[in-house]
Amino acid sequence: MKTSSNVFFLLVMSLGLLVSCNSKADKMAETESIITNERNVKTAEETKTISETEMQKTAEASERIDLENKGVGPVKSLILADIDQKLAAKGQEIFKNMCTACHKPDKKFIGPAPKGILERRSPEWVMNMILNPEVMIKEDPLAEELLKEFNGAPMANQNLKEDEARAVLEYFRTL
Amino acid sequence: MKKRFNLLAVCSLAGIFMAGCNNPSSSNKQSGAMATNAAERVYVAPGEYDEYYGFFSGGFSGQLSVYGLPSGRLFKVIPVFSQDPEKAYGYSEETKPMLMTSHGFIPWDDAHHPDISQTDGELDGRWIFINGNNTPRIARIDLEDFSTAEIIEIPNSAGNHSSSFVTENTEYVVAGTRFSVPVPQRDISIKEYKGNFKGTLSFISVDQKTGDMNLSFQIMMPGFNYDLAHPGRGKSHGWFFFTTYNTEEAHSLLEVNASQNDKDFIAAVNWKKAEEYIKAGKGKKMPTKYAHNKFDNSTHTATSTMKEEVLILDASELPGLVYLLPTPKSPHGCDVDPSGEYIVGNGKLSANLTVHSFDKMLKAIESKQFDGESYGIPILKFEDVLAGVVEQPGLGPLHTEFDDQGNAYTTFFISSEVVKWKLGSWEVIDRKPTYYSVGHLMIPGGNSRKPDGKYLVAMNKITKDRYLPVGPDLNHSAQLYDISGDKMELLLDFPTIGEPHYAAAIKADKIMHKSREIYKLDENKHKYVTKSPADAKVVRNGKEVHVYMTMIRSHFTPDNIEGIKVGDKVYFHVTNLEQDFDVPHGISMLGANTTELLVTPGKTETFVWEPKEVGVWPFYCTDFCSALHQEMQGYVRVSLADSNIELSWSLDDE
Repeated sequence: MKTSSNVFFLLVMSLGLLVSCNSKADKMAETESIITNERNVKTAEETKTISETEMQKTAEASERIDLENKGVGPVKSLILADIDQKLAAKGQEIFKNMCTACHKPDKKFIGPAPKGILERRSPEWVMNMILNPEVMIKEDPLAEELLKEFNGAPMANQNLKEDEARAVLEYFRTL
Repeated sequence: MKKRFNLLAVCSLAGIFMAGCNNPSSSNKQSGAMATNAAERVYVAPGEYDEYYGFFSGGFSGQLSVYGLPSGRLFKVIPVFSQDPEKAYGYSEETKPMLMTSHGFIPWDDAHHPDISQTDGELDGRWIFINGNNTPRIARIDLEDFSTAEIIEIPNSAGNHSSSFVTENTEYVVAGTRFSVPVPQRDISIKEYKGNFKGTLSFISVDQKTGDMNLSFQIMMPGFNYDLAHPGRGKSHGWFFFTTYNTEEAHSLLEVNASQNDKDFIAAVNWKKAEEYIKAGKGKKMPTKYAHNKFDNSTHTATSTMKEEVLILDASELPGLVYLLPTPKSPHGCDVDPSGEYIVGNGKLSANLTVHSFDKMLKAIESKQFDGESYGIPILKFEDVLAGVVEQPGLGPLHTEFDDQGNAYTTFFISSEVVKWKLGSWEVIDRKPTYYSVGHLMIPGGNSRKPDGKYLVAMNKITKDRYLPVGPDLNHSAQLYDISGDKMELLLDFPTIGEPHYAAAIKADKIMHKSREIYKLDENKHKYVTKSPADAKVVRNGKEVHVYMTMIRSHFTPDNIEGIKVGDKVYFHVTNLEQDFDVPHGISMLGANTTELLVTPGKTETFVWEPKEVGVWPFYCTDFCSALHQEMQGYVRVSLADSNIELSWSLDDE
């Protein structure tokens, strides 16, 4: 009797030790449950977004007007003067080489047409979309919606310099 | 009885406790790699960068592979001497000329010894050179593009083995012939080898701005085998040292007949003297034939030019150009220490390592106490030039590299080990096994004035039981040792591509920031570039059809083409309009007898398709480029040769 209780004690103790030593596994389990919680929260948010989108379905993202939103990127503030035709001509050339694979000036193509864009978007937003498309489609809700509207074809970053993007913007004003 | 059980309980508990909790401080005392935190020392966390770029020759793969060190992660295989279907190297119309030789187009070579360019005896990371052994060639790889920029063929040479090592300001890259051959080539009996066969040592100058190579001169030498080479540096700058074997001039069963002499030679070449002789008009122009191929980064196109003359300096006739240093027995590696004083000759069949002294060599030359001559080239006395001997360090020495603490490390092929020994005292300090049959070894900057004595990589010929078996042929392995302490420590081994004959490594921050991201479209001067989809077109010229095509995420312009006929030769000139880093597009055509193209941003490349059957044949993008990659495709309609369907092309029917 005494013998068996000793053996029992040994087993219990070793189990306890084994479990307590395995602190790494414990931590992993904790982390996992946190991730699971985050996932739940996100799912709930996504559902909300979808229902909101459905409510606003009256206007596609490309047709909606938002002149306050400056987008996310290097251009913070831009005040437009009279149209500079020389700059616009330079912009047209850049547009032809860098953008026409996906954009036609006055017709929806892979991406939206730039014609009349400044009636719907701020100049800052347009330049940031050209200069910083990867971040825009993630952080700017309108850009994110545009990506969906245009079949999930993400705008390519053509590595234009800021002055080149400014010239393209000037060209858009002439359309 | 009770006591015994209690005792047992205590013992078991203690045992479980000790074994169960593997805390870091106790693990250091254990043996094996895990115990020495080796894993931690080679672990480069996801998203972090390695400390070094390692460039490993591909040997019989013909290529150069780029690994990160210490992680051993493979970054890229740069195609050099062999066609590479992955990148269309040697298949695209633009790159085919890179593999032209005086023997025509050759799709393969045996790539040997990479060496990084230097300035003031230190690695500068402008270019890396590598030699093709079989059809003698040297390639220059641009370390902005990580692609082959130039290949020059070496005439009057056969088995370009003692190559492609650079001088300390990259004035020259050298090529020494392994086989001696009749020069010029002619139809004579092999038995007439002795005296009729010659060896050449070639000096290829390098333009310091463009990197362009030029075969400056060749030194005509006796008919020995020239094995390896290294430049003098510091005080010995201006000299180049080449090991020789088969000084017996045997022409058959070399393993016996070329192992007869007690000593072969290290040939010390005074290349500054060579320059003087050339200035004095002592060089002789000799007709020959060799290809010189260059890739132009603005036209994205290679050209191949056949050259027809080479300048020869005859070592037998020009005193002071070459001296022979007797070195036991059939020396392989020829390695110069960072100070430029010691020249190590690793006699493959010798029990000892022989180290010559540069200072003593100069003194011996000055006193003119020669031990005879060979074909008019003075032989210095062994004792006069000897600095020291490392006594019986191992079996089958091959190569030596150096750290920044005055130590040398030599590989031993037969005894499968790396041996660390001290320069000056010649004592053996440490030895570590390799797995197995080590050939070359590499320390970053090991062939320069400033080695980085942190890591050593041993390159092994045989891997047998090291990895999961994959059939009868196995990849060779590289083994990474930490050499920062007194004793070497094996940290990692990883498989390599082909057979790495030597490697070169450089601190990552010396080149990573200049690595190219895109080719600028407005700088693209390709003959068939299409810079805007508006300029996309299809042009017929008899049976030749040229398609000017663009690609961007995720379509081709044009993507519908009609009016192609059976028997046409259709050139697809495809320009990638992307201007963003890491957005290549591929293109391949069903039934085209060639590879895909993989076009990097801003580049134009060309493949040829000769349709043999009527029908409508698809082409598509081969590199998953975007979410709509599977939509990136097109069709070409092929009609009968006598059809009158007009040539037309469109995208979205426009």
